[in-house]
Formats: sequence, structure tokens, C-alpha cells
Amino acid sequence: MSTLPDQARCHALYRQMLRIRRFEERCGELYKQQKIRGFLHLYIGEEAIATGVIDRLEPRDVISATYREHGHALVRGVSMRAIMAEMYGKVAGCSRGRGGSMHLFDVQRGFLGGHAIVGAGLPIAVGLAMARKRLDQGAISVCFFGEGAAAEGEFHEALNLAALWELPVLFVCENNGYAMGTALARSESQTDIHLKAQAYKIRAEVVDGMDVLAVDEAAQRAISAIRADLKPYFLECRTYRFRPHSMFDPELYREQAEVSEWKKKDPLLTFRAQCETAGLLDEAAVQAMEQEIASEIEDAVQFSEQAEWEAESDLLKDVYTPRGAP
Amino acid sequence: MSRTLSYREALHDAHFQALSEDPRVFLVGEDVNCYGGTYAVSKGLADHFGADRVIDAPLSESGFVGAGIGAAMGGLRPIVEVMTVNFSLLALDQIVNAAATLRHMSGGQISVPLVIRMAMGAGRQLAAQHSHSLEGWYAHVPGLRVVAPATVADARGMLLTALADPDPVIIFEHVGLLALTDELPDDAGAVEIDHAAVRREGSDVSLITWGGNLPKALEAARQLEAAGISAEVLDLRTLRPLDDAAIVASVSKTHRAVVIDEMWKTGSFAAEVCTRIMEQAFFELDAPLRRVCSAEVPIPYARHMELAALPSVEQIVQAATEIARHE
Ligand SMILES: Cc1ncc(C[n+]2csc(CCOP(=O)(O)OP(=O)(O)O)c2C)c(N)n1
Ligand SMILES: [Mg+2]
Repeated sequence: MSTLPDQARCHALYRQMLRIRRFEERCGELYKQQKIRGFLHLYIGEEAIATGVIDRLEPRDVISATYREHGHALVRGVSMRAIMAEMYGKVAGCSRGRGGSMHLFDVQRGFLGGHAIVGAGLPIAVGLAMARKRLDQGAISVCFFGEGAAAEGEFHEALNLAALWELPVLFVCENNGYAMGTALARSESQTDIHLKAQAYKIRAEVVDGMDVLAVDEAAQRAISAIRADLKPYFLECRTYRFRPHSMFDPELYREQAEVSEWKKKDPLLTFRAQCETAGLLDEAAVQAMEQEIASEIEDAVQFSEQAEWEAESDLLKDVYTPRGAP
Repeated sequence: MSRTLSYREALHDAHFQALSEDPRVFLVGEDVNCYGGTYAVSKGLADHFGADRVIDAPLSESGFVGAGIGAAMGGLRPIVEVMTVNFSLLALDQIVNAAATLRHMSGGQISVPLVIRMAMGAGRQLAAQHSHSLEGWYAHVPGLRVVAPATVADARGMLLTALADPDPVIIFEHVGLLALTDELPDDAGAVEIDHAAVRREGSDVSLITWGGNLPKALEAARQLEAAGISAEVLDLRTLRPLDDAAIVASVSKTHRAVVIDEMWKTGSFAAEVCTRIMEQAFFELDAPLRRVCSAEVPIPYARHMELAALPSVEQIVQAATEIARHE
């Protein structure tokens, strides 16, 4: 186990993970009430990764992720109101109601999607890194993706390009062991994903994705290495999703016992216990956080309920950039 | 004897029959086995036929479609399930540059008896990357055969005929049809895939469509009848090769046509159908042709915007009414 940082930092990390957890629990309920529609993929169980990595980034860095990206957007500072309104399909949403849960975007905060074609985010992140390198030396492009992407050609093409062209990309593989119902060992001959990155001569390490401090430390190592030489780095974070793949998944492919076993490693539980033992967190502090978060969520829901629907006459908007715009 | 079953069950039963009858047949695709099939079409098949005939593939569309092509060339009869048409874009190279060309490039030495199935279509708020209708793109390509079952009977029967075809066949299954039910005879099986079918007779206007929009066209025809307009509904069934004779016959009877297509209007398959009418039945027409297609926008997430982007019964009724009144 890693050594604990100071109390303020412990609180910040715990609070961020709790915020994602409670937000997504509410999203699950809203889905059952049919307020949120389409596909909804929850990140519950994996919160330590977005929290540990994104917290170490600078505003000039850019992030791309998958359809399981609510947590990443929250940590990056996309407003909870804008995320929730997006899932409601309201025009006040961060993608103006056009994207939904899978396609969150907030350019102001360097949050560039929300990509729902598995593997497709990696080459895009490589291109973003080309742009960052030329336009703002030292800025980096961070790309989150599931281990399922490692089977796609685009994963391999992107890793090779990033290494070959020496680009400042931080690849963060969120290895939760399953791609929908396909267990890693049933889809990969080599299940150590980081070795694939090493084959492209990219610095790569395995990280305990259930331990926010381990992720935080690895992210610091990776980010400072990338800023120093502008070359890629790869983190394989081993984690687990506690919920079904999406809201349509009957979970025929895994045993409840396996889920329970992983729940013992719940990143919130373990980190909280660690902080409590060290006297850095107590029930009162957690209760205060719970209350703040509950009111932030309630506010986001109320905001989304009351927000306007986009006028149907705007249907053809935003297909092309208005002429004369930058 | 007959029984009621859903489009989804019909697809399942067709796979069961195909796997039972021919040991060369196998099904491969993402999550067809352990997950139970993305749309539950293949649920339970692996229990019966084993994991080497109902094969879970990793996320590698180009890889497993290419492998399907090779297996077909090598003497097997693969059914490749590409989860949805949007993901087939990762396999476009294999389908267009290999499956469709090998017969020709080899001077007729090779056949690729491959069946590729894809779910498709909008209507479930899945936004811009999961709602495509691109069957017209595939219908563009010589060397492929493209079919779109719109009824439970066709869902039950087209797969079997496709498997008997010596060349690659792509089957488009619109997700909006999966829950559709119908009564089929117990011995329902293979259906021919060379001809369009008149799903409803009429005399004033032809509503021409296929796949997921057939229910909308039929509903429009019911509403038009109430307004005193007799609409004929033609289900194309096979987009390549297209049954020109059936289109010309219907238009020669009604002298008016609306083509309904969930693709975007520009370069839509409806454009091809309209052009064929112009080429072959221009002097039969009493009114301009009309198309009801998707609006020129990636499919939006918000429900009301998604609905506004897709062909609707009201649009079909309106287009048909306008040309029916045209003298
Ligand atoms: C190219 C492509 N093929 C298929 C899918 C359907 N699909 C959506 S998510 C998913 C599983 C992805 O698993 P993984 O990359 O491990 O990410 P996780 O969902 O576990 O976070 C699949 C097969 C897709 N979105 N894109
Ligand atoms: Mg995964």
C-alpha cells in the first residue's frame, strides 16, 4: 500500500470518488424512471482511475474517453448540471442534448468525448497529441479506453504511431476484465495488455486500478515523464465494473461470487478504511461530503427537469460550422 | 399447424435450423455466445451446438469478417454477425475490397459463400454512432447481395436462402422489428430472395420501402384508406439485385409513388429506386415522385429530435396525399 498524502488531499480524492459513485447511482435510478434513455454505461467500481489520473492534469491537457465517461467528465470539472442535462436530452446539456450519456463533450475544459466506437478514441488521441505538441509544448493528450479495445487494429495502429512519431500521449487502459460478456482470457492470447505497449517500445506499467493512491502515483510518474521527453506512456489499470455492462445486460457471463469478491476491493471502501486508520478521515467528514454531494446532485436533477427542450426547428443545426466562424 | 413468434425468435429458429442441417455452418461474432447475443438472437445456441460453432470473437471486426471470408473460400459456410452496421465500418475494407471482388478478380475461380448479418436502424435514442442505416452503401457494390427482411416470415426464411447462395449475402435486421410478431406455419423455412412482395394491394399510389420502415408504410396506407386514398405497399426485400419488374408493375398500376428510406436523402437508396422508375416507367407517372428519408443530420440523442430526424407515418401520408391529388 502506498503512503497517504496529507488530510486535505485524502479528502479531495475520497470526495471525488464518492461524487462519481453517488451521481451514477442516481443516473441508474433516473434510467429506470425513463428520464435517461438510450445506452447508459456505469463506471461504478472503477472510480479510482479517473480520479487518480485526471486530478494530476493541467488545464492545457486534453482528454478523450469512451461511452463510460461520466466520471471522467466530472473529475475534469464539466459541471454536473451540464452532464445531467445532457442525459436528459436537454439543450442545456454539455453536448446540447445531441450526444447523450455516451457523447459528453466540453471543449472549454479540454474534454473531447465521449467516443462509442471501441478503439476509435486512440487514433484521435494520437492526433490531439500531434496538435498539442506543436501548439503548446509540454501539454499532453490522455486517452481512456477499455481492455476490449486492445483487440482492435486501431489500438495497435495508434500505439505504433504514438511511439514512432514520439507523441505526448498518456494511454490509460481501464482493464475491467470484460468487454460486454467477453472475458479477457476469451478474447486475447496475451492478456497482459501493457506488454503489447512495450512491444511498440512504449513505457508501460500495471497499476492497481482499485487503489486511488496507486493510480495517483503512477499518473504522476507517467505525466512527468511525458512532459519531460514528450513521448508516450501506457498505464494498464486493473479494475472491475460492479454493474452490468449497460442497462440491457442480463449478466449471464459471470458469477455473482466473482462480483462480490471484487466488491471487497471497492476503491471507496478500501481508501476510506486506510484514511480512517491513519486518523485522516472520520464519519463526520464523510457525512458532510455526502450532504454536499447529495445537494449537488439534487440541484443537477432539478436543473435538468426544468431545462428547455431544444426547438425542433433547430434540427439541422450543428451539422456544419457556420461560415465565417473561426 | 402454426404458431405465433417474434422476428427475434424467427431469426433464432433460422440459425438453429441452419446449424442443424449443415455441419459446415457456424456463427461468429461479438458476444454471440456467453453474453447471449447482443439482441438475444443467438441465445442458447452454443448450449446446443457448442462453442466451436457459436464463436465469440474479440472486438476485431475487420479480423473476424476477414476470417469469415477465408473460411467461406475454404469450404465452410460462415454466418458472421456484425453487432450493428455502424461497427461494420471497421470491416468495410474486407467486405468491399475482398468479399465482393474475389470471385471477379480470380477470373471466376473462387466463390465466397458468406453470410453477414447486421442489426441497424434508429429509434432507440442511441445517438449518432449507433443508429445508422447504410444498406444503400452495400447495395452499391457489385459482388454482394443485400437483403432486408421486414416480416417474421422473411426473418425466418432469408438466412437459409442466403446460406445456399454461392456468393456473399448481407442481411440487414432493423432493430425496430425485433419485437414484431406474426403467425407462421410450423414448417416455415427458406423463402426466395429474388423478388419484391406486394404487402398490400392498392390503386392510387405506391408506397415503396423495405426493412424497418415497412410497418410505417402499412400504417400510412391504413390512414390513407380512411381518407379515401388506396395505397399499394411494395416491400423490396432484396436491394441488390433490385426487382425492377415489381417496381415498374406497381407504378404502372398506381401511376404515383412515394419511396420511404431511413437513409439520409442525399445519395439514399430511395434515389436509386426513383431513378429506375424514371428510366423504366417515366410515361406511367401522373405526378412527381416523392421520397421520405431521414433529415440531413447525424441522428440526435434527444427523443423529440430523433423522431423529427426519422421518416414518420405523417410524412408518408402527407407525401402520398399531395401526389394523389396531383392531376
Ligand atoms: C467497434 C465496436 N464494436 C462493437 C461495439 C459494441 N460494444 C460496445 S462496448 C463493448 C465492450 C467494450 O469493452 P471494453 O473495451 O473492455 O470497455 P468496457 O465496456 O469494459 O469499459 C462492445 C463490444 C462498439 N461500441 N464498437
Ligand atoms: Mg472492459
